[in-house]
Amino acid sequence: MLQNPLVVFDRFSHLFLEGLMTTLLLSFLTVFLGTILGSVIALCKMSKFKPLSLLVTAYIEIIRGTPLLLQLYAFAFGLPIATGLDLPRFQAILIALVLNSSAYVAEIIRSGIQAVDKGQTEAARSLGLNPVQTMIRIILPQAVKNILPTLGNEFIMVIKETSLASVFFVGDLMTMVARIRGSHFMVIEPLIIAGVIYFIVTFTLSKLVAAYERRLAASD
Amino acid sequence: MIKTVDLCKDFGKLKVLKSVNEEILQGEIVSIIGPSGSGKSTFLRCLNLLEKPTGGQVFFEGVDITDKNVNIDTHRQKMGMVFQLFNVFPHLTVRENITLAPVLTKKMTKEEADEKAVQLLKQVVLEDKIDEYPKRLSGGQKQRMAIARALAMDPEVMLFDEPTSSLDPEMVGEVLAVIRGLAQTGMTTIIVTHEMGFAKEISGRVLFMDDGRIEEKGPPEQIFGDPKSPRTKEFLSKVLY
Repeated sequence: MLQNPLVVFDRFSHLFLEGLMTTLLLSFLTVFLGTILGSVIALCKMSKFKPLSLLVTAYIEIIRGTPLLLQLYAFAFGLPIATGLDLPRFQAILIALVLNSSAYVAEIIRSGIQAVDKGQTEAARSLGLNPVQTMIRIILPQAVKNILPTLGNEFIMVIKETSLASVFFVGDLMTMVARIRGSHFMVIEPLIIAGVIYFIVTFTLSKLVAAYERRLAASD
Repeated sequence: MIKTVDLCKDFGKLKVLKSVNEEILQGEIVSIIGPSGSGKSTFLRCLNLLEKPTGGQVFFEGVDITDKNVNIDTHRQKMGMVFQLFNVFPHLTVRENITLAPVLTKKMTKEEADEKAVQLLKQVVLEDKIDEYPKRLSGGQKQRMAIARALAMDPEVMLFDEPTSSLDPEMVGEVLAVIRGLAQTGMTTIIVTHEMGFAKEISGRVLFMDDGRIEEKGPPEQIFGDPKSPRTKEFLSKVLY
């Protein structure tokens, strides 16, 4: 017998909201730290020093070529066994998510930088600016316009992907679904509620990203 | 002022420059003409090393700038360049486009650069656009701003890479007028161009390039009036009709 999801939500609202907060926190930290790490990786990949560029290319390909769930297992279970390092579960999962996201963000940043017309670099260098000045004053301000919308979409992707972390009961939205299922034997209702919450959050964010993109297009 | 010795440039198997030896003197106005793919733009871009030569040397004021130990940036600061596609900085206003390099390279204070920008914009007849963004400018205005941007560094030589090739016809005149005015101030000028009439009018010397070499060079009256090389004759008969 299916119960009214609204009633179920009312009853467990503190769990769903706590789960949503954890999901958003995990996603935000993932994309924020992933962007910092991803920027460094993107610069390494564009480096003229070949060994460095090859190394990070391998990193990016391996991360993007293996499932996130496998990477989560590796950090949650594999790392403590391999190194004896016993990180709290949340931290271990966060590290795995950040490493995963950094590979995707690195490619977003790299392609955003490379999408800036080569003539911009030539003009800046012809004026006598050095490569660092050219990057900071000419290329990056223009690349940010290409990067920000895609980074917004990455954030939306990560919100959905963090649900995989519920396998390790990190307290995200899907963890709450599993908890309610386990304690009250409700399967469908929590799924519907979680699905609606995920949808509202990602749909709103993707509309915001689209609006931002339109504003950028208008300013060009 | 600028001298190339056995200058070569390959793009993979394609030999774009085949040992070019040329010297451009202070105050000279030199036009480089020739068919597409003859290497004239590549030659110009090798002069400030935007294109890295694969062989030979480029001397600028006696210094071999192809030497790895030379800081190319300090030499580029004395060589202004204007591009076919303008390459204005779209995220900066006209004023910022012009003042960015002098301030960043510590050549001028912000106030000096600002003063210079106003003066240069008067010179290129664009002073009313000083606080606009480039997207509000026409092609001809963008190119005139790009010329002002290059001049802001007080260069010793100006390199023009087909400065009017991507302009609407009615805007070519205003850009050529600015270049003409500049040439009259005695600025050393090297210009790659398809505007034969303009090359003939302003140049002290014309280089005709074909197949990666300087096929013929001389005063414009001789190149346009009495070309010696059959290749030059053929080219001019096709473009001057």
